Amino acid sequence: MLNYSRETILNTVLTLLLLGIPFAALAIDEPFYVTLATRVTIFALAGVGLNFALGLGGLISFGHAAFFGLGGYAVGILASHALNYEPLMSSPFEIEGTTQMVILWGVAMIVSGLAALIIGLFSLRTSGVYFIMITLAFAQMIYYFAISWPAYGGEDGLPIYVRNGFPGVNTLVPINFFMISFGVLMLAILLVAVLRNSRFGAALQAARQNEDRLSAVGIKPFYIRLAAFVISAMITGLAGALFADLNRFVSPSMLSWHTSGEIMVFVILGGVGRLFGPVAGAALFILFEFIFGGLTEHWMFFLGLVLLAVVLFARGGLIGTIAGKVRYD
Amino acid sequence: MTDYSGGGDAPVLEIRNLYKSFGALKATDDVSLTLMPGEIHALIGPNGAGKSTLIRQICGEFEPDHGSVHFLGNDLKNSGVADRAQLGLGRTFQISSLALEFSALRNVMLAVQSTSGSSFKFFKPVMKDQPLVDAAMSFLGKVEMQSRANVPAAELSHGERRKLEMAIALALKPKAFVLDEPMAGMGPEGSKALTGFLSDLRHQAPILLVEHDMDAVFALADRISVLVYGQIIASGTVDEIRGNSVVRTAYLGEDA
Amino acid sequence: MTVALFAEQLLNGVQFGLMLFLMAAGLTLVFGVMGLINLAHGSLYMVGAFACAAVANFTGSFWLGLGASLAAAAAAGAIVEIVVIRRLYNRDHLDQVLATFALILIFSEGTRWVFGSFPLYLNVPELLSGPVSLPLGVEYPLYRLAIIVIGFAVAIGLYLLIAKTRLGIRIRAGESDRAMIAALGIDIRFLYTVVFALGAGLAGLAGALVGAIQSVQVGMGEPVLILAFVVIVIGGIGSIKGALFGSLLVGLVDTMGRFLLPWTFKLFMDPSQATSIGSALASMLIYILMALVLVAKPKGLFSANA
Repeated sequence: MLNYSRETILNTVLTLLLLGIPFAALAIDEPFYVTLATRVTIFALAGVGLNFALGLGGLISFGHAAFFGLGGYAVGILASHALNYEPLMSSPFEIEGTTQMVILWGVAMIVSGLAALIIGLFSLRTSGVYFIMITLAFAQMIYYFAISWPAYGGEDGLPIYVRNGFPGVNTLVPINFFMISFGVLMLAILLVAVLRNSRFGAALQAARQNEDRLSAVGIKPFYIRLAAFVISAMITGLAGALFADLNRFVSPSMLSWHTSGEIMVFVILGGVGRLFGPVAGAALFILFEFIFGGLTEHWMFFLGLVLLAVVLFARGGLIGTIAGKVRYD
Repeated sequence: MTDYSGGGDAPVLEIRNLYKSFGALKATDDVSLTLMPGEIHALIGPNGAGKSTLIRQICGEFEPDHGSVHFLGNDLKNSGVADRAQLGLGRTFQISSLALEFSALRNVMLAVQSTSGSSFKFFKPVMKDQPLVDAAMSFLGKVEMQSRANVPAAELSHGERRKLEMAIALALKPKAFVLDEPMAGMGPEGSKALTGFLSDLRHQAPILLVEHDMDAVFALADRISVLVYGQIIASGTVDEIRGNSVVRTAYLGEDA
Repeated sequence: MTVALFAEQLLNGVQFGLMLFLMAAGLTLVFGVMGLINLAHGSLYMVGAFACAAVANFTGSFWLGLGASLAAAAAAGAIVEIVVIRRLYNRDHLDQVLATFALILIFSEGTRWVFGSFPLYLNVPELLSGPVSLPLGVEYPLYRLAIIVIGFAVAIGLYLLIAKTRLGIRIRAGESDRAMIAALGIDIRFLYTVVFALGAGLAGLAGALVGAIQSVQVGMGEPVLILAFVVIVIGGIGSIKGALFGSLLVGLVDTMGRFLLPWTFKLFMDPSQATSIGSALASMLIYILMALVLVAKPKGLFSANA
């Protein structure tokens, strides 16, 4: 007797598909699909970050583009300094640029985490609509700053001439870069799964379900949420770092409010609060863009219609529709 | 060292000259009261007398305009709801307030995790934390809810939710209970059982009991305070309150 | 720096602020009365601008265009309310955010489909073209001055509407108690449609007025929308008075910051560096202002339910 839930089966199928498609594409000599699958993977990772705050913690952040973009710029800026042999700063001590992915990821996560700490300290004092508008506004602030600060390309963005390196792997080969991204995505999902079941995860989910209850048992929702917001931003920041390396380019559009909306769409299309929701959501999004984008340049019009229909009629997203409501043990 | 463990004469909870207004409405008007070790102090009064407002100031949801709340000798002025719970103020809500998607067990576990160790533990799964689960189970057992442990709070009956509220309050191992209408909607059988339960509970920690069910109040209370229009108009033993003509006209609705 | 230049920038700030007010007023009304967060409010601003530009170019009359902007935006608002928005009043904020985000995609891409990707141009009407001389030697474009007058007129009109008319009483009743207004036998669905269309019309008017000094293009509404959010966070959700105060504050701080910061940095810095640092900082100024307000008053300066 098989004892796996529908959701587990669905998650397994999604993972195998995501892993299988690029290899199948290579076999039939269509390398373009490898890049497409890498995009799905990286967008899914950004969604996993947001889903942690939004799905588990109920924090409707409309500003996650800030962390996605900061992660990207961290990579772009450090790599450009390394390629130009120009230290990032020389006094009081010297900081060199780098082209090592692992270091760049660490920096991207620290930068996004710090930004989330500051934004969270202000925005988590409020809730509901205020929180949505404030996260949006802070993200917009960083966006305008990136546009008007000329040192790193301003409005034009910043190219990364050579994809950054990973020990023992030629990252320029698309399938290798896909596997790196895929590995990071799986680790992130695993991390979220562990956090979800921990004491911290219990408190975070309680904060979403009933804030007064959490306070009444002596746990302060503010700090739980702040920590969750920072973790969430770090994951999304890591996705931004990978996205920068995928495109070998960072631009202010990574920071734009449209990106925040799209990350949210990944989460919703897949199913809010579901571990693999963002994977399903990002895959649906890219698939939609690929199919309808080939038919009409106005595919976003139809995306809008579909999204509207999902919100009005198919709450729960893909995973919620197939696997039913979330059950806690 | 002041003795709070029972039998001592220092109040566990002491409210001094509390005032709270909403616009022109004086919801709390110079209220002072104490909760002594080992006692049940009942707070009664007609609807709209300001009982809930008072409870919310005691528990830290509202800040009083003037006056102070002392708990175990600490001034609670700068303590929030969570701080007060950590200090040992265990409260139940007038209308059940639970994490509805969580099972009964996980609701209680939340309280246990708050009193034992930190909530900033990120890796160990709570359901595999046997001491945590066992402790929560034992508190559910005290309200005879063990068989319902895995049912989501949203699917529990009204009476079961009230019991779950009580189990959560017990799990906080409080130094004082603040119970906001625990009998509400319990039915005669449930009220009777709860009365017996509370009667024993006072030996664990004193109880400030807001209640409409007069039979329960007269059966349980060591002292009664009567709140009308934000003011305490009388305070005393059961017999004193029963015999007080002011209370009878103002609240019990009888002709003096 | 001359007094005249300073005064001109002040006027620009007021003008910008009043246009923000036209946007923020609708947003804050819709939130206050219906409890709805509407991201697509910027789309209605865009609809107004396109309607004005299309009609003005076709008929040659800016004034017909202005009327069309009001009508088109209000009609678009009413239709959207009836078809989509009214299904969202009882939903959580997440659903509202997503559905209205979807509306933005539909409006933006739909507009691009009809009008193409190139900006439309809308000329200032003959009657209001050219500068006008003000005291202190200030030469100020007559059209911008007219916008200021219109902005204040709308603010006063809105105040009278809400304070003095039967519709205003109902709106205020709806803000304080939705159950009561239903109990009074007021057709609440109709009231909501009217309030939404009113907000949409104001946004459309703002889009048309601003369209004549900037270009009319797809996506023009979103930056203004986000600024209007900042205004509402500062002013307090649901408060028209807060929206007016917040708008003027944001308009003035933003305009004066962009003017004064580079100028200040030039006093002790190399000019080109001063310009870039100054303008980068100026672009962050209103968000810093918002953060400061949040620290002092998390519910905004004029919170309706404080």
